[in-house]
Amino acid sequence: MAEHVNIERRRQAIYGWLLLSPAAILLTTFAFYPSLATFWDSLFSRETRRRPSEFIGLENYTDLFADPTFLVVVKNNLIYAGVTIPVSIGIALGMALWANSKIPARGFVRTAYFTPTVLPMIAAANLWLFFYTPGLGVLDQIGSLFGLPSVNWLGQPETALWAVIIVTIWKEAGFFMIFYLAALQTIPEDLKEAADIEGASRWTYFRRIVLPLLMPTTLFIMVNALINSVKLIDHLFILTKGGPNDASKLILYYIWEMAFAFFDAPHAAAMTIMVLLVLGIVAAVKFTILDKRTHYQ
Amino acid sequence: MTQPFVHVEDVAKRWNGQLGVENISLSIPEGAFVALLGPSGCGKSTTLRLLSGLELPDEGRISIDGRDVTLAAPSERNLSMVFQSYALFPHLSVAENVMFGLKVRKTPKAERQKKLHRALEITGLLGYENRKPGELSGGQRQRVALARAIVANQPLCLMDEPLSNLDAKLRASVRKDIKKLQSDLGMTVVYVTHDQTEAMSMADMVVLMKDGHIQQVGAPEDLYYKPANTFVAEFVGAPPMALIDSAALPGFGGVEKIGLRAENIHVAETGQGRLSCQVSECEFLGSETFVGLSHPGTTGLTVSMPGLRNIPAGQQMEIGFSDADLHFFDANGQRLNQPQPGA
Repeated sequence: MAEHVNIERRRQAIYGWLLLSPAAILLTTFAFYPSLATFWDSLFSRETRRRPSEFIGLENYTDLFADPTFLVVVKNNLIYAGVTIPVSIGIALGMALWANSKIPARGFVRTAYFTPTVLPMIAAANLWLFFYTPGLGVLDQIGSLFGLPSVNWLGQPETALWAVIIVTIWKEAGFFMIFYLAALQTIPEDLKEAADIEGASRWTYFRRIVLPLLMPTTLFIMVNALINSVKLIDHLFILTKGGPNDASKLILYYIWEMAFAFFDAPHAAAMTIMVLLVLGIVAAVKFTILDKRTHYQ
Repeated sequence: MTQPFVHVEDVAKRWNGQLGVENISLSIPEGAFVALLGPSGCGKSTTLRLLSGLELPDEGRISIDGRDVTLAAPSERNLSMVFQSYALFPHLSVAENVMFGLKVRKTPKAERQKKLHRALEITGLLGYENRKPGELSGGQRQRVALARAIVANQPLCLMDEPLSNLDAKLRASVRKDIKKLQSDLGMTVVYVTHDQTEAMSMADMVVLMKDGHIQQVGAPEDLYYKPANTFVAEFVGAPPMALIDSAALPGFGGVEKIGLRAENIHVAETGQGRLSCQVSECEFLGSETFVGLSHPGTTGLTVSMPGLRNIPAGQQMEIGFSDADLHFFDANGQRLNQPQPGA
């Protein structure tokens, strides 16, 4: 009897491990091991023809904080994340609310909002490159109708980062809208009716009922937007290449440059580790603090 | 006669030209318990939604408490509503759900707490204030919906099949609770149901509907003893009234159908009955057995016999009844109080 139970338990354990192993193997090979290897690499000096690589501890990290470009890039990325995340979420929510209401040509509106998401980032960047082109671009053409001077949006340090930010928001808002739209459709119609009977205004209904019920979606989108603000740099290659004068350079672009243009792998590794660390901390905060205040159905 | 509390006059509502409800006229006195009864799709819920203001009528007028509210917003009508799905806010606690309306209306905090306490006390929910709806059983959720409806002390309460998501046993007890609540608080209740037991046992006044039209308005006993037409006759009662073609039971002039209830039929000795039928089925209910009978020209003929009976199908049975228990309907299915003599 007892033996039978033991065999059954062992069978269950083996079964569980078998189910876990594909994900465990893939994650170990392509996520955990590379992360650890990167960390290890970041502790060594750069190998040159004359000097072999040697262990230097955290020197690569201290170097970075002395590097003015790194500080500019960090500041750029903070502005970039600080603007693109809330603005694209706000626009997505607004578009979703509108596309979810009873309007004519609802299908068309939804498709139109979603189109930027379908485009590859490179294509979107090329499109916006045309919009921004001084003299010929759509923005300048419109501006000239009102007698405004030509502006080189991507070519001057004051506007380059903001021009890139706008492209990102344009691209992301439609994507996030889809999540909000799906979430809005799970809110039963009769909640609105119950609120109507009680005399709640549209704003009260939105603030007290809709917004809290959308919180799980908002949390999910926030994590996604944060990840995108670090990992999505395709458009930089087309639009500005990080310039002028590093004004629109983001951290991942700088890592890429460090590793593949300057061939300084250890410093790139050190930067990567710092990005991982910061993202990990933010994700932990979100999932521990915000999750507790979120209602899941 | 005093002014009715809720007055509905010739109201119609259509969707894209399709019929919703039509010619709805109702007068509901204050403090009444009115049941809107009918099969699915008969327009009873539409009628309720027209009363609540969640839908606006295409024609006609609605007044509540002497005020014309035909086009008024739901919140201007001083009413509360219990939804079939309860429509509780899933992210808010029981207390927050019940107080939602009070907060919207900016009731002072102390008063709010007092009303909340009383509403929870009445519905037996004290101690559950901080639970979320997801942590409650179906019956408890139903009571939260009730508490939310009574907390503001509105004179009119609309209920849309509030018991349909409960199991049979709970339904019977909540039915009593609702009835008691209504008479204790003196509310006027309009109650939609497709369950005639609910309608007959709770209501002072039953409105039976079919295909968007009112078939009969009256006290439960009126619907049972004086059905206005063959639809009412066949809808109300378990088992419903049997209908006999006048050809099968000659002797009544100007009559198309003759109605007869199971309890008025008795089994007669061979050769002494008025109709000879074949037994088609037996339905044992404990204290009695309904014996279904078939006879050409009749529908739903059933005789109630005490105790357990097991009569094989196909056996001949003669039945008797007295003329006083017959109901007469004309060619349009409308009730005739007396058959024309002769013919």
